[in-house]
Amino acid sequence: MAENIIKTQNGEWEMVCGLEIHCQIISKSKIFSSASTEYGADANENVSFVDVAMPGMLPVLNEECVRQAVKTGLGLNAKINNRSVFSRKNYFYADLPQGYQITQYEYPLVGEGEVVIDLPNGETRKIGIERIHIEQDTGKSIHDINPKKSYIDYNRAGVGLMELVTKPDFRSAEEVGAFLKKLRSIVRYLGTCDGNMDEGSMRCDASVSVRPLGSLDLRPRAEIKNVNSVKFVMQAIDYEAKRQVEVYENGGSIEQQTRNFDQNTGETKFLRVKENANEYRYFPEPDLPPLVLSDEFIESVRNEMCELPDTKKERFVHELKLPHYDASVLCENKETAEFFEKAATGRDAKKVANWVMGDFFAMLNAKHLSLENSPVSAENLGALVDLISNNIINGKTAKDVFAIMVETGKAPDVIVEENGLRQVTDTKAIESIVDAVIKENPDNVAAYKGGKQNLMGWFVGQVMKQSKGTANPALVNQILKEKLG
Amino acid sequence: MAVDNQTVEQIAFLSRLKIDENKLEETKDEFNKILNWVAELQEVNTDNVEQLVSVNEENLFCREDVVKDGNIKNEVLKNVPLSEFGYFAVPKVVE
Repeated sequence: MAENIIKTQNGEWEMVCGLEIHCQIISKSKIFSSASTEYGADANENVSFVDVAMPGMLPVLNEECVRQAVKTGLGLNAKINNRSVFSRKNYFYADLPQGYQITQYEYPLVGEGEVVIDLPNGETRKIGIERIHIEQDTGKSIHDINPKKSYIDYNRAGVGLMELVTKPDFRSAEEVGAFLKKLRSIVRYLGTCDGNMDEGSMRCDASVSVRPLGSLDLRPRAEIKNVNSVKFVMQAIDYEAKRQVEVYENGGSIEQQTRNFDQNTGETKFLRVKENANEYRYFPEPDLPPLVLSDEFIESVRNEMCELPDTKKERFVHELKLPHYDASVLCENKETAEFFEKAATGRDAKKVANWVMGDFFAMLNAKHLSLENSPVSAENLGALVDLISNNIINGKTAKDVFAIMVETGKAPDVIVEENGLRQVTDTKAIESIVDAVIKENPDNVAAYKGGKQNLMGWFVGQVMKQSKGTANPALVNQILKEKLG
Repeated sequence: MAVDNQTVEQIAFLSRLKIDENKLEETKDEFNKILNWVAELQEVNTDNVEQLVSVNEENLFCREDVVKDGNIKNEVLKNVPLSEFGYFAVPKVVE
């Protein structure tokens, strides 16, 4: 993996990186209270007395949050622990009214797993998952309204989170990017997290250290917080690894620390020396007994799972004979894959893939539409491909029909009939147009016969024009060749 | 294991408790009394014994995922020393 080496004038270095990713669980109500999880409500509207830790309020676990986390674990080929334990992580901050976060520590819900990532060069790599535990989210602080005060909105406090910890398996920013995209695709397929990093429903902290190439020891790491897009995570990691190499090469040392990423400069900045884990004074949560799951429960969750992107991709390649690239593009999100499959059923899948990935995606992009608001249904797109395959219309007319489908939402066969666009495959009809064109253009006929072979294109154009684009181009070519000799 | 005055100060800081200078020695002694007692308990051999997290192992009651709380902004904010614009207003906490 030559491209993963950080080369300097003085030597070669390797990056070691692991991730902690917080994924907001999709559920209607919060993990320990019955308040709504809805995003975008007015401040403190979705808050119960439990969420703000009023005296005497007790947490009651939401079964759906457990189900979602188990589903995610299964999707990452991870071990589901039949017994897990909630713990208190104690710290003081205004966005945490209890003074502690209910999380899991020694006994997480999900154990080790594995994700296969696809690298841009076509290679794949396995990334180890260390664990996933479930916990409560904190409130949101707003610091910029009042110069002397912070304002706190507890709508987010108590929303269920899955914290996923990877093994320190990443050796480049590119691998981290590929992993985040794969994870996002999997949780979106499963419907367990909406994976929007810019809205904060998926948040990533990266631990980065470097070591001389060939060395196996782990050096102190910097944890980079608050990065809200895949691109920025990759930038931050790259910057941080190079910074550390520079520090070491200048004879310095790295202390375990927390750093922030500045989107504007692309740099990471020192925030604080990493707290000692002891300072959180974890202990088992007395208000919640251990979470014990039966094998039946875990199996019932497994039975609810949908086909995941990798499996779907393989199926598209093997059953539908799609090229790998097409299958990857179409399977990246579930809705696209389902739309494609609906359109492709019973047809030449590659032809349908070309339309979906070509004119169809281009149209959605140009009109800033999402798939669900598409004016063209999967059935109609499939029917359009049928019209071409059955020689009812030619490829050129198909583009015009598609444009009308976008405008009107009508079915392609209706459009063809209404506009008289049916392809003329009647040899006699085409012959009569060809005859007329030859008769009207004696000069060009003479020139063609005199050796100007490239005039053939011009003749085809004239015939197509007179037929209003409906003539079958192959027949036109064939008849012209016969008549012009 | 015995704690010193510095450890007492650190724990007080983490707990956001104020311990007066002249109470440090006394608090340290109290901490150490507890630690000594725990040390005595630790003489029991607990190899291969899982920690007892709860005596209630099979009885975690779960809720259905239904929204039936919240929307009580006024009641929630009634308990706040200071609220502005519907937010809890606290001394500036930005780092």
